[in-house]
Amino acid sequence: MKRTPIVLLTASALLSLTLAACGSSASSPAAAASSSAPILVGADLSLSGDFATEGVPYAHGYDLWANYVNSHGGLLGRKVSMKILSDASNQAEVTTNYQDLISVDHASLLFGPVSTLFTVPAAREAQRFGYALVEGAGGGPVVFSSGLTNVFDTGLTVSGTVVPFAKYLAALPASERPTTAAYATENDPFDVPETQGAQQVLQAAGIKTVFNKTFPQEVADYTPIADQIAATHAQVVILGAGDLSVLSPFVHAFIQQGYNPEAFYTANGANPPQFLPAIGGVGNANGIVTSGSWFPGYQNAQSEAFVKLYLKTYGGSAANIDPSVAEGYSVGQVVQAAVEATHSLDQAKIIAYLHSGATIQTVLGPVRFDKLGENTAASAFLFQWQGGQYVSADPPQAGVQGLVFPKPAWGAS
Amino acid sequence: MIYGQAIVDGILTGGVYALMAAGLTLTFGVMQVINVAQGVLVVLGAYLSYELAAHGGIDPFVGLLITVPALFVLGVVIEVVLIRRLRHLSVFNFVVMAILATYAVSVITEGALDLAFGSGLVEVQASYVDNSFVWFGMHLPEIYVYGFLLAAGLLGALSLLLYRTRFGRSVRAAEQNRTSAMLVGVPVQRVSTIVFGIGVAITAAGGMVFGATNAFNGSSGADLISRLLTIVILGGLGSMGGALAGAVALLVVENVVAVAWSPEWAPLVFSVVLVGVLLIRPNGLLGRAVAS
Repeated sequence: MKRTPIVLLTASALLSLTLAACGSSASSPAAAASSSAPILVGADLSLSGDFATEGVPYAHGYDLWANYVNSHGGLLGRKVSMKILSDASNQAEVTTNYQDLISVDHASLLFGPVSTLFTVPAAREAQRFGYALVEGAGGGPVVFSSGLTNVFDTGLTVSGTVVPFAKYLAALPASERPTTAAYATENDPFDVPETQGAQQVLQAAGIKTVFNKTFPQEVADYTPIADQIAATHAQVVILGAGDLSVLSPFVHAFIQQGYNPEAFYTANGANPPQFLPAIGGVGNANGIVTSGSWFPGYQNAQSEAFVKLYLKTYGGSAANIDPSVAEGYSVGQVVQAAVEATHSLDQAKIIAYLHSGATIQTVLGPVRFDKLGENTAASAFLFQWQGGQYVSADPPQAGVQGLVFPKPAWGAS
Repeated sequence: MIYGQAIVDGILTGGVYALMAAGLTLTFGVMQVINVAQGVLVVLGAYLSYELAAHGGIDPFVGLLITVPALFVLGVVIEVVLIRRLRHLSVFNFVVMAILATYAVSVITEGALDLAFGSGLVEVQASYVDNSFVWFGMHLPEIYVYGFLLAAGLLGALSLLLYRTRFGRSVRAAEQNRTSAMLVGVPVQRVSTIVFGIGVAITAAGGMVFGATNAFNGSSGADLISRLLTIVILGGLGSMGGALAGAVALLVVENVVAVAWSPEWAPLVFSVVLVGVLLIRPNGLLGRAVAS
């Protein structure tokens, strides 16, 4: 009996440590309410766990925006204070975190999480309290079919991702057009409809589906799925990979099987800076296609200013800036534009402004929301690894001819 | 052919998982410690191999000469600083507190890895990672073949250590009855420390192969631990051969279901197999009854 308190004490200490690790800076409700106190902006991000590869760069983007605003007179003349809570990639934490940000911290503004899986519970909680929720990486169709009127996504819609690539393949001359395609996707509310969109376009063009499977988010071994695709000799592979940890085993397995599809599209994971070191160099990257709304070479004044700001703050090279940082930064820009346009922190006014059809210039290019909160003006790029460089192939950036098809052999320079 | 490939893939990958799970089953079998830090220690081993390969140009298998002793020392430190201090507790409280203590190790290690390496995914590189042996028309990835051979060698060596040496007799005596072992002069405390060190050390080998076949970051251990626990429960807690059998069973069943049916059903089918096996053999495929 005497030992029971030791167990409880240790358990309590561990719980406290874990909870303490979830939070960052704090701000009192009284301070948030004061007209001269910093404006508290609350956000939930995945700073550890499966979604940390996006969550951490997003946090950099949010912080970078806050630092920029604070160094340029603040928002409505007040400093901005970011409070980011980590959900540790656990969906159950998302609702709790937004409850805390709203009810305990009295945040004036809310930024969204990463992943469609988290956006719906986050937006529901925000809507319950009348808040707008602007996000950049959680815009699967389910978000916009949930009856939510307060969510706004600065990123690409599903139709802006792989579909342009599918249309490119479908439009090839019959003699060059592939005849078979394989689809494998993670069971994710963004990746599944994305892959289905490509399949509809390719099947309509007569490109036969020879493999089509969905896999769970945590798989002990991707090799048999990849090997099965290789056995079909499909000319096109459309992979709904959630991140590099999914993409990489497919790349390795294809190489090990001696299988080189003519076209290889991945939903995620192929962007710098992590892709090349993971898959063994540029030779294994060349020809792989992905999509997105930003790249470091984007010819846009705001983007160019953002790149300079990023390099000044974090160092490194422009080529290695994670696109998620820019996406996070764009969230801040959109909220800033709404606050400045309405001259208030009134959530109803902010929501009405964002629904008004106003065009906001951001690091991602123009942002204009429809009645559902989708960005109808989003810049969509098809990126491809060419000659060891991650380039925008459609629309082609300066010095790039366009998409390379068929994909070069593995290991080719 | 695709089913044959799936089965062979499962056997080879099962070897890698057995390597990762071996330490877990060893520390439970001898010490009744369910080391829930095993997953993150695998990732630590992967990072050490990654650093040696990326910055030292050292082949991952050669690098084991450094990483295995390094993790042995870490295991000894964990045992001396944390586990040993819980030995005065009742058996139940010891098991519970050991879980909490190793959970703390897991949280601290993951945090340290995040601080040191960030959230970016990396992978251990070697010239042979993308090469394959062709065998009866099937492509066998070299890294998995080498990993399986390493697993077979290390698990075999561990079995020899446990069943053919004086130290092994001490270990088994401690496993069967700590008090009686102490009474006949077995240095149970020292044996426990060495066993825990070995359990963590062997994780370095599993981590190296895991890191060469998967992109990973500090958080990757969280996904691993549930699978590793499943493997040792299926194989039989405390059994080296059971770890290999459990791992191969897990991977082969999941692979065949993924190919024949759907990857989405693979974990469910495996769970059914697991429950079925435990109903027939409550101590797992190769496990023995655990002393109360």
